[in-house]
Amino acid sequence: MPTKFREGANPMNIKWSRWKTILTCAFLVLAIVLCDARAASALPAGKVIALPMFARKYGLPCSACHTAWPELNNFGQVFRDNGYQLMNDRDSPIWQNPSYFPISFRITPSWHRETTTNQQVDSVPGNGLGDGIGTLTQAGFDLSGMDLWSGGTLYKNISFILLPSSDPTAVWHFESAFIRFDNLWHSPWLNVKFGRFELDNLISEKRFLFLSANGGLYQIYHFDNPGSSNNFGYGDNQIGVELAGHSANSYTRYSVSVLSSNEGGVNFTTDVVPGGTPSNRSYDVNLAFSQAFNAPGTPGESGFGLERVGAFAYIGQRPTNYETELGTQLVGINNKPFFRIGFAGDLSYKNLELMPLFIYGHDNPYLGAGVPSTAPLPPGAQAPTFYGGFLEAHYYFNPQNVALARFEQINVGQQAFTNTSFGGSNGNITAVSFGYRWYPIMFSRAGVALDGEFSRVRTIGQEPESGNGTGVVGNPTGAVWSNSIYFGIDFDF
Amino acid sequence: MTLKKFAVTFALGSMALLTAGATVSTAQSHVNSPDPLLGTPSVATETSNIDGITGHAESGKHLYRRFCIGCHGPDGNGQGMNAQWIDPKPRDFTEATFKCRSTPTGTLPTDEDLYNAITRGFVTTNMPSWRPLNPQQRADLVAFIKTWSPRWAKEKPGASLNIPPETAITIESILHGRELFQKLECWKCHGPEGHADGPSASTLTDSKGNPILPFNFSTGERFMCGDSNRDLYRIFMTGLDGSPMPSFADVIQPNDAWDLVHFLRTLQVALPNQELTLWQTYKAAHGKDLKPIGPDSAGGAQ
Ligand code: HEC
Ligand code: HEC
Repeated sequence: MPTKFREGANPMNIKWSRWKTILTCAFLVLAIVLCDARAASALPAGKVIALPMFARKYGLPCSACHTAWPELNNFGQVFRDNGYQLMNDRDSPIWQNPSYFPISFRITPSWHRETTTNQQVDSVPGNGLGDGIGTLTQAGFDLSGMDLWSGGTLYKNISFILLPSSDPTAVWHFESAFIRFDNLWHSPWLNVKFGRFELDNLISEKRFLFLSANGGLYQIYHFDNPGSSNNFGYGDNQIGVELAGHSANSYTRYSVSVLSSNEGGVNFTTDVVPGGTPSNRSYDVNLAFSQAFNAPGTPGESGFGLERVGAFAYIGQRPTNYETELGTQLVGINNKPFFRIGFAGDLSYKNLELMPLFIYGHDNPYLGAGVPSTAPLPPGAQAPTFYGGFLEAHYYFNPQNVALARFEQINVGQQAFTNTSFGGSNGNITAVSFGYRWYPIMFSRAGVALDGEFSRVRTIGQEPESGNGTGVVGNPTGAVWSNSIYFGIDFDF
Repeated sequence: MTLKKFAVTFALGSMALLTAGATVSTAQSHVNSPDPLLGTPSVATETSNIDGITGHAESGKHLYRRFCIGCHGPDGNGQGMNAQWIDPKPRDFTEATFKCRSTPTGTLPTDEDLYNAITRGFVTTNMPSWRPLNPQQRADLVAFIKTWSPRWAKEKPGASLNIPPETAITIESILHGRELFQKLECWKCHGPEGHADGPSASTLTDSKGNPILPFNFSTGERFMCGDSNRDLYRIFMTGLDGSPMPSFADVIQPNDAWDLVHFLRTLQVALPNQELTLWQTYKAAHGKDLKPIGPDSAGGAQ
């Protein structure tokens, strides 16, 4: 039984680690219960937090735009769709006091515990053989990356976002940076965005409520078939231009974007930090449409609120080869296509919000095999496909308290090769996450959210964590379990 | 054993800290905003009626807490935590005095008036348009707002202004409207050209004693109480209660009021409109003959 405590340092090893877990859980649960009790009984209400630069500008409570910060409600959606404008006669920055600066900071100190089973390890620490299989556990206090948000209007109907973002070690990149021309020809149906931005996802991964290592992402927004050279993920910001439009109340929304086929990379590479492989010269297209409606039934009595459903598709291409100089890759060439299609919903019933999403993905066999398209396909190579999605549920006790749960499942439909030694389920992912967020401070100038999470992800037969720990695929059903227990204090101002 | 004890102490200690923190923050915020929305007796029963939709105060209360409390305050008196930064100040619902009404000055507005105000927002102020909320939610909010003042239990809303069909937009109509603008002394506040620079403009205060400027017609800004000619008609006929903008229902005849509407449009030089085009053509030819509006002018005034 691997443990991170030195032999002999603690004779109560096993009991202690069990105690640790129990106490940690108890602590989290109690903290949450206590917090909730307090919130329900005595706290002033209605002060959820928004990006405080917007909240400050308009004097709005955060809960105006957010179901629970940072997730948007329809009011926030309309505000965003209008180019961070309320569409009054005071949107232009000339109306702001000169000392107003549109900047917000966000970071999350945390305590978390990560456990991953079936990991390749050295059976004797230091032997360098990678000949063992074990469970790795790490726990302690930590920091998230930091977001340095800035955004607003440059002029009436010209808006922008600039978001330098760092990882916890303060390596910075430009997560978002765009200018948007809003309401062209006075029509909400015509808005053009130019720069690096999040795809127009009905369910946003940038404005969602999970933070932990395993729960803090939608697996399907980053999934590619095992072995595929494709690197596309819906959750990754892309770079290009987007034409988008919406009805006055944003019930109907559409967007069409044309993006470089480089996963949002900059400097003609496929990454936002130095060292990315060179990009190709082609373009991808993303399409999104959604429609919201007030569910039928006697308004106010049926319990249904605003229900939104939508569909989306991404058609892209990735290089299978590179122009080189002395072997150094210069420019991606011999592009091969792939696509993703899916649908999603944002449904509400009383205090419950349900968010289903489904995606089907298909790559060209050359991408799956990872060989230049100028050569013949290796034997058995076929188009890799996958399908899956998630169902996320939020329960809002009030604007300050929300309980979260999510179930995700991704199945590989078709492996990149017919003749694999591993089974068809190689790469399949199952994930569950539970969380609770309490917002004790919700001024329009600053916000604090306490975030507790538990998340568990099961990945099947992924190399090198193949289940037998040798790094060689041997056990087709070997699964890797990753668990996160997370407690963070999310704040922004 | 000692480790266990340490762990327990640590966990309990952290919890105590957390609780203490929460208590302090609670206590602090308590000073500014008392326990929110305990509600008046009428919260349970107050309703609103808008075009076949019945709003319920009880549901409105939750929406108010989410959307409105930061400005209008936990007590509905316009003293939410953001109010200090906002000008003009959020409405004090405990007074039940409202600007955008179809009802005579001094009376309560109709449910529809409040619903329209919430839907439209006040475009030159911090009050947003709440159109993104669905009609039921807006109706619920109307019902809830009415629980803040006992006036709603005692009085009925005034009778809605009856607006006759719009008369033709002609140069005669505009000229007559111009005479009324002079005669009724709109210019004293709004200025001869509608630039909000009349002789009284700098002296005005609202019912709470806060300085307030008249509407400036020339900037391209929209009216708070609605965009259309009918809205404009209603604005000066019923007045904006709580502001110095008076009601002129007693002094303007219904059809004359349309003439004034047509003239006011010509002041909105930054918003292209039919009246303005007509007026500009007329002025190009007859501009010299027009007596300027203002104190020395006999133009139209007796
Ligand atoms: C960002 C601040 C802010 C928020 C949030 C806000 N209001 Fe207001 N509201 C104002 C201001 C400021 C005024 C007064 C404007 C004026 O007097 O010109 C106002 C005025 C009003 C009026 C008066 C209408 C009239 O005819 O006089 C109503 C009704 C109203 N608000 C309802 C609401 C409701 C309902 C909400 C929540 C859904 C809300 N407000 C949220 C700032 C706000
Ligand atoms: C005593 C000064 C005063 C006089 C006289 C006056 N107004 Fe006003 N008016 C105001 C003020 C102040 C406001 C702005 C109210 C506010 O911002 O709440 C205003 C606002 C308005 C508005 C815009 C309302 C909106 O919804 O935004 C119109 C239109 C208007 N006045 C028309 C007139 C007309 C027509 C007359 C003459 C018949 C007139 N006013 C006379 C002070 C005056």
